[in-house]
Amino acid sequence: MKNVWTLARRELSGYFATPVAYVFLFFYLVFMGVMPFALGGFYEREQADLVPFFQFHPWLYLFLIPAVSMRLWAEERKSGTVELLMTLPVTLWQMVLGKFLAAWFFTGLALVLTFPMVITVNFLGKPDNGVILASYIGSFLLAGGYLAVGSLFSASTKNQVIAFVLTFVVGLLFVLAGHPFVLDWVTGTVPAAVTDAVRSFSFLTQMNTISGGVIDVRALTYFGSLIVACLIGSGIVLDMKKAA
Amino acid sequence: MIEIKHLTKDFGSLRAVDDVTFNVRRGEVLGFLGPNGAGKSTTMKMLTGFLAPTSGTASIAGHDIENDGMAAKKKLGYLPEGAPAYSDMTPAAFLEFIADIRGLTGDKKKARIAEVVRLVHLEAVLHQSIDTLSKGFKRRVGLAQAILHDPEVLVLDEPTDGLDPNQKHEVRALIRSMAPNKAIVLSTHILEEVEAVCTRAIIIARGKLLFDGTPQELLSRGPLDEVFRNITSTPSRAAVS
Ligand SMILES: Nc1ncnc2c1ncn2[C@@H]1O[C@H](COP(=O)(O)OP(=O)(O)O)[C@@H](O)[C@H]1O
Ligand SMILES: [Mg+2]
Repeated sequence: MKNVWTLARRELSGYFATPVAYVFLFFYLVFMGVMPFALGGFYEREQADLVPFFQFHPWLYLFLIPAVSMRLWAEERKSGTVELLMTLPVTLWQMVLGKFLAAWFFTGLALVLTFPMVITVNFLGKPDNGVILASYIGSFLLAGGYLAVGSLFSASTKNQVIAFVLTFVVGLLFVLAGHPFVLDWVTGTVPAAVTDAVRSFSFLTQMNTISGGVIDVRALTYFGSLIVACLIGSGIVLDMKKAA
Repeated sequence: MIEIKHLTKDFGSLRAVDDVTFNVRRGEVLGFLGPNGAGKSTTMKMLTGFLAPTSGTASIAGHDIENDGMAAKKKLGYLPEGAPAYSDMTPAAFLEFIADIRGLTGDKKKARIAEVVRLVHLEAVLHQSIDTLSKGFKRRVGLAQAILHDPEVLVLDEPTDGLDPNQKHEVRALIRSMAPNKAIVLSTHILEEVEAVCTRAIIIARGKLLFDGTPQELLSRGPLDEVFRNITSTPSRAAVS
């Protein structure tokens, strides 16, 4: 566990050693702040809640998460530090977990920095802060699940652009799987069980349940298993590369 | 301390390392010689556990690198080819990170970092980010990282590459001074380096081990570069001798 912490700290220090982290946080906050107003009808709804804000998270993450996750392993491969890392007395799982936790912490930090939104709605009216808290947790879980997917693709290639694109495409599929457009199309052509399966696989569906104010066991299981599966996958891919 | 048995590595149809066997005892400095592309780095990558061998085994201080990798890696210091290091870190932060991974703490950690910084002369650049350092300094950061925990086994892939003659001389002196308590393997394509630091020399070409003996034996065959050319250009004949 101590090694995981050491590795995570190193990874995180790498984020802040260059302007990358600050540029990321800047754009993140601008988008998070502007989108709900520009596209979500934040004012027009005349309701004091953050529903439009959280509805944008899955879409914003489509761009922001791959940008964070692409460098997790691809960068180490490109610079050759992966050879150093893998010959140090740390296990593959400590590396995978340490890097993932650093990235997750970083997106969590970005999320925390959006707290002025909470202050704003509390100033404008009387929102249900319990729902807001649940939505934040949901968004954080979503970020974790998506980062784990990104970790898998970053482990698979030394090219960061490829890692970004693959993560983006898979993320898009995960989001779209819960979109009414897709669900309408799927319904009727395939058994209802399949429709349900597709829907429950979607980031949107999982986010929506949580945005209702309840973090139910299913959502936790969903993101939890997604994270575990993708991290195990990352480890397997990295181990396979060793023999290549 | 180092045992390599029938190590072989294929990259697709290319056999980069072909049935290489050798041992290194404590107190020995083994010079691993060969032209570019001979398979030196690939052998080292397998010995240190970065690459899995196609066949054969390698062990460090009695621990098989594949089945007992953690124990083996604890006894090992490794300078990979090109001395990779996290370019956005300073040497100070980088060595701190390595020390944490190596389980050094408190005063011992501080003392050990100060010691290696002194040994490889990093004082002047300690707080400058690694990507701004010259090739020579980067190499020395890599060397510092490898010797930080005073390992029993040291594997150095071209440790003097990119250093100027004075720096080369210092690094060789450092290696010689560490030699009595360690088993050291260093790869090089500089022949004089073998004479200067090694107690034993191995020559490989096209993945095959062609010579294993003392630098004196090598020298007794005539001028070093001529002997080297002979051995590496006619593998079948030299292998028999
Ligand atoms: N990852 C790899 N994939 C394919 N071929 C490789 C790889 N690494 C090394 N090789 C090939 O293996 C041979 C030995 O390389 P290497 O061990 O780096 O030689 P040396 O260190 O002696 O210069 C070379 O022909 C090289 O091109
Ligand atoms: Mg080499």
